[in-house]
Amino acid sequence: MPSWAPLSASELAERQRGLSEEQLQQRRIVHVNAETVQDVSATDIPGHWGPGQDDSWDIERFKQGLQTKFHQNKPYDSAFSLVGVDASIANAYRRILLSEIPTLAIEDVFIFDNTTIIQDEVLAHRLGLIPLTGGQEGLTWLRWYRKPPPKDDFASQATWPYDVDDNDADSATPNDHNTIVITLKVECRWATQDEDGRDGRRMAKEGETDPNERYVNSNIYAHQLVFEPQGDQAKHFSGENAIRPVNPDILIAKLRPGQRINLRCHCIKGIGMDHAKYSPVATASYRLLPDIKITQPILGADAKKFQRCFPRGVIDLVKDGESGENKAVVADPMKDTVSRECLRHDEFKDKVKLGRIRDHFIFSVESTGQFESDELFLDSVRLLKAKAERFKRHLTELEEGR
Amino acid sequence: MATDGDHEMADATAGAEANGTSGDFVKEKQRLRLLPGSSDTQASFAFEKEDHTLGNALRYMIMKNPDVEFCGYSIPHPSETVMNLRIQTWDNVSVMDVLKRGLSDLADLCDVVEDKFTAARDDFNDSHPDRVATK
Repeated sequence: MPSWAPLSASELAERQRGLSEEQLQQRRIVHVNAETVQDVSATDIPGHWGPGQDDSWDIERFKQGLQTKFHQNKPYDSAFSLVGVDASIANAYRRILLSEIPTLAIEDVFIFDNTTIIQDEVLAHRLGLIPLTGGQEGLTWLRWYRKPPPKDDFASQATWPYDVDDNDADSATPNDHNTIVITLKVECRWATQDEDGRDGRRMAKEGETDPNERYVNSNIYAHQLVFEPQGDQAKHFSGENAIRPVNPDILIAKLRPGQRINLRCHCIKGIGMDHAKYSPVATASYRLLPDIKITQPILGADAKKFQRCFPRGVIDLVKDGESGENKAVVADPMKDTVSRECLRHDEFKDKVKLGRIRDHFIFSVESTGQFESDELFLDSVRLLKAKAERFKRHLTELEEGR
Repeated sequence: MATDGDHEMADATAGAEANGTSGDFVKEKQRLRLLPGSSDTQASFAFEKEDHTLGNALRYMIMKNPDVEFCGYSIPHPSETVMNLRIQTWDNVSVMDVLKRGLSDLADLCDVVEDKFTAARDDFNDSHPDRVATK
């Protein structure tokens, strides 16, 4: 065993001087100075602190150390703290949230008629970016559609028939199990007295310029997309769960009288790694909890100035018993943005130490509306586990093959 | 278009299977290769269609194993989705065992996170009907 390998329990007890709470807490902090950052890397690797410290993987110790605390759990906007994981794991969850959770979005647009000034490809691009929703269990029932590569991509064409999913023979053809059909058929015309109760042409002559008054269907919104259930889809996507845009008031195009749009969209499942329209989160990010330590008391007018260097609520002023003046006290470090403004002033730049806590991640998950934020994070955790399990199977295969 | 018989999406399928939608026998493409020059106590693996997401997390879990002398991952070229992982061990410990244990530990970690997160979420929803922490 190497010299720094963990010792037996008795030797450990002997060597362990008993790290105080404060020393352990010190090890968790990344120091933020005026121009530099220190102690960035994680130090909980076995051997880093010598034989007296056992940092090897222990699921029980991890379970005790892990804490989850919610700050907000609105359906499509969650904020929670994950304490006790390493940065690589938190980052893996964040990356999976952004790019590997499957979502439904419009992919192929078949345009029969487009006489608007919005070009076909621009219109198709805008349609693809509209977030769609349709009930959780229906979306998990939907299978994958493996699109054949374009005819001019010779490299993929060479391997295409053999690359198709062996498990689902129909995955290369669009069918009711893997494709959702949405149509849009609108035409803009002048408002008439008979149909709309106002005469657009007369109003225009009299000086009316608002297109909503003069014309009908001059603005095309997302709620005008019509979901057409095919085959088995009516069972899974009906009523509340019908495929519909999350935000019905997204403006797709603007038309004038005589212009028509007639198109059919095929929606399929995809992941954010392929195209950002498939990302289920508006964004998912995390930040580390800031840490402010006041090493010497800051009193009186200095304390007030110190309070103004931070966002409101971070520093509180309390009456100091001895001198009777106001003393600066850290109230809520979570509101801090670590702008290091206090390090720019000579009066107290030596009396304060800024930092961040290395294993306290404050996640913010904003969903686009297809799934709920907390479910998205759970999906991300399960997906990382599925990846690990999958490679365990591959490893077994590799070992057997040798 | 990258959605052509795509391997990346296969993991998402695996994620969906983790939800219990399919229990049938699934044929998977082998995405783990052993690079030449490897022996029983030191080996380099190539993971296809993987990147920093799995690479860094797996590297961390394997480094937590005291039998490991060296563990590092790299992505040889950003245009190819291949991730290389190198493991060297002390005292004749098998590299395959170390990798298997690293993957198992990662799965266990995810289980613990999932359980604790679900418990905290349910607690929070019960005690905060307006879904915002009162402070």
